[in-house]
Amino acid sequence: MVRVIEAPPDPKTRRVLVTGLSTYWGGRLAQALEGFDQVEAIIGVDSREPRHELERTEFVKVSTRHSLIQRIVRAAEIDTVIDTRLIVNSIVASPRDAHENNVIGTMNILAACFGSDSPVRKFIFKSSAMYYGSEQDDPAFFTERMPRPHPARTSIERDVADAEEAVADFAEKRPDVDVTVLRFANVLGPDVDTSFTRMFALPLVPMVLGFDPRLQFAHEDDVVHALEHAAFHRVPGAYNVAGDGVLALSEAIGLLGKRAAPLLPPWGTGIFAGPLRRLGFRIPDEMLNLLRFGRGLDNRLYKAVGFVYGYTSREAVLRLGEHLRLDPVISGRASDYQYEREVEEFLRWSPHVRRQRSERDGVAADHEPLGI
Amino acid sequence: MAAERTSLSHLEERDPEGPERDAETLPAARPAERMRELLPAIEPERRLNDWGRSERIEGIFDQTLVEFFYRYWFRVEVEGIENVPSDGGALLVSNHSGALPPDAAMIAKAIREEHSRPRPLYLTVEHFFKGYPGFSMLVPKIGGVAAHPANVHRLLFDERQLVLVFPEGRKGTEKLYKDRYRLRRFGRGGFVEAAMRAEAKLVPLCVVGAEEAQPVFAQSGLMQRLTGLIYFPITPTFPWLGPAGMLSYLPAKFRIRFLEPIDTVELGGAEAVHDKALVQTVSQEIRARIQENLHEMVAKRKSVWFG
Repeated sequence: MVRVIEAPPDPKTRRVLVTGLSTYWGGRLAQALEGFDQVEAIIGVDSREPRHELERTEFVKVSTRHSLIQRIVRAAEIDTVIDTRLIVNSIVASPRDAHENNVIGTMNILAACFGSDSPVRKFIFKSSAMYYGSEQDDPAFFTERMPRPHPARTSIERDVADAEEAVADFAEKRPDVDVTVLRFANVLGPDVDTSFTRMFALPLVPMVLGFDPRLQFAHEDDVVHALEHAAFHRVPGAYNVAGDGVLALSEAIGLLGKRAAPLLPPWGTGIFAGPLRRLGFRIPDEMLNLLRFGRGLDNRLYKAVGFVYGYTSREAVLRLGEHLRLDPVISGRASDYQYEREVEEFLRWSPHVRRQRSERDGVAADHEPLGI
Repeated sequence: MAAERTSLSHLEERDPEGPERDAETLPAARPAERMRELLPAIEPERRLNDWGRSERIEGIFDQTLVEFFYRYWFRVEVEGIENVPSDGGALLVSNHSGALPPDAAMIAKAIREEHSRPRPLYLTVEHFFKGYPGFSMLVPKIGGVAAHPANVHRLLFDERQLVLVFPEGRKGTEKLYKDRYRLRRFGRGGFVEAAMRAEAKLVPLCVVGAEEAQPVFAQSGLMQRLTGLIYFPITPTFPWLGPAGMLSYLPAKFRIRFLEPIDTVELGGAEAVHDKALVQTVSQEIRARIQENLHEMVAKRKSVWFG
């Protein structure tokens, strides 16, 4: 590995607020943070109940009303806020709900961290490479300094741009707060559910006739580690997060051991996506251009501040392939966790509970805190 | 690339070597060179590279069509191949012609065949190709890269590759037979800027023969609009023989001459990029050199078909 300008470690991250605790990323991140002893407190907020089993994270059921979050932030003396709420798939929420969550929600969270007397000194925002869009005249590799060349086409892309604008505005007004924006490429992995994992799970993977886009992926574990890295280092600024290597879609399909089906016509793709929808696969609007023009990211800046990827794009696809073949064999895995408030409170606060701190598993176990 | 975010400042702007950083951990190299070392490692199992280039598909073309045209059809002769640097980034600047220009493939083949240390050549193409079905799949596989300044910079500076550019661009391929070997305007000198910014060498080169291999007699604006192509040429075989007519070339004799390289570091390198007058002067000079050599080569040629 090359010697790089490693970002200085940040030992002051002690009390963390994770927003969107009940999303996949919020849950995964909170689980991972529980493994770091220097983190004194992890508070998670969301309007729904968590779906990941958590040991010491405290859950507060609250909407993104900023007055309530502000009270939590101040009462718990939160020093680090990690915002994982962003919705990047237009299928999981209506445009209105997505906007409410992505833009209004972000503004509220930022407002809750505002004020000169606020204890917050670090804000980490999980964003998306959708920030750059996907167009015909794009560069082959987007760097963090390139703004979107064209205005957003879909509501989700607009949300991402608006949310980032709000975050950038916050960073400007609060120079004493380290603001990190991580723009993630399309994520693949055995657990996460994205439009791409759904598409790759189909027996025949649809392609647009005459196009073979270049795509880059991030593995789900790398996403969690990237958020951790930002939490425990001083890395202000925006960074792309995507595994090494840009794959052609046909290459990725080959790695999965699947067949490509160039079913979508190059003109009027949106209309012909209808029959596919009947087959159980909806192509979200923000993916249509991606299936045509693709997107490549320059991922070097985050490596330069010391982040080490666990997977290349190719390895992420291969892992997904393994999972897709294994999944029918081991279906019905431990995904049936249900949050029970009384039980969780007993486990956290009863003096009779004996905690065995060494028995941690999951992300934390395979990932040492970096030199802290 | 232009507008930069001020609020979310980056390493290179704010605090790259901040006070809290230990002096020992600072590598001596400049940040940009350090970034070069962070390029993704090559995965040997892959058949494509990050630009979408496929060794396999390129190899198939190289051994069949390109081989045939290079050796037997155009009987390409190469001069000054030693002017192509063996390492480091270099921007090859060529004249351009033909409806579906065979010149790029012949130049790439010439480097593969004649050079002592052959390297792949990346060809800058119009953004159009990425948006047109079919082309979009094929062009990157055989080494085409969209002519975006950021792409050229990454290829030249970070990856230290050979890049071929036709500064005449579409104006070159659109020109008619009667205007053969008359160079069009060289844009705004963007290619000079790209080479200077990357501190790469500029290698001018001339191709003689391509103009006669596929003479264009007219351009059809109506058909261009109907098909959505960038231009719609009328050649001896196109559109009469359909798409195959695009690939039917007359057996003109090809000569490729590589001219002496220009070292952009001597011109002032990346710092001098904003000197518009200098950029224009270099661009004009390259154009004049190519034109001069073209005239000389055409004058010496006894026959279009036999050289």
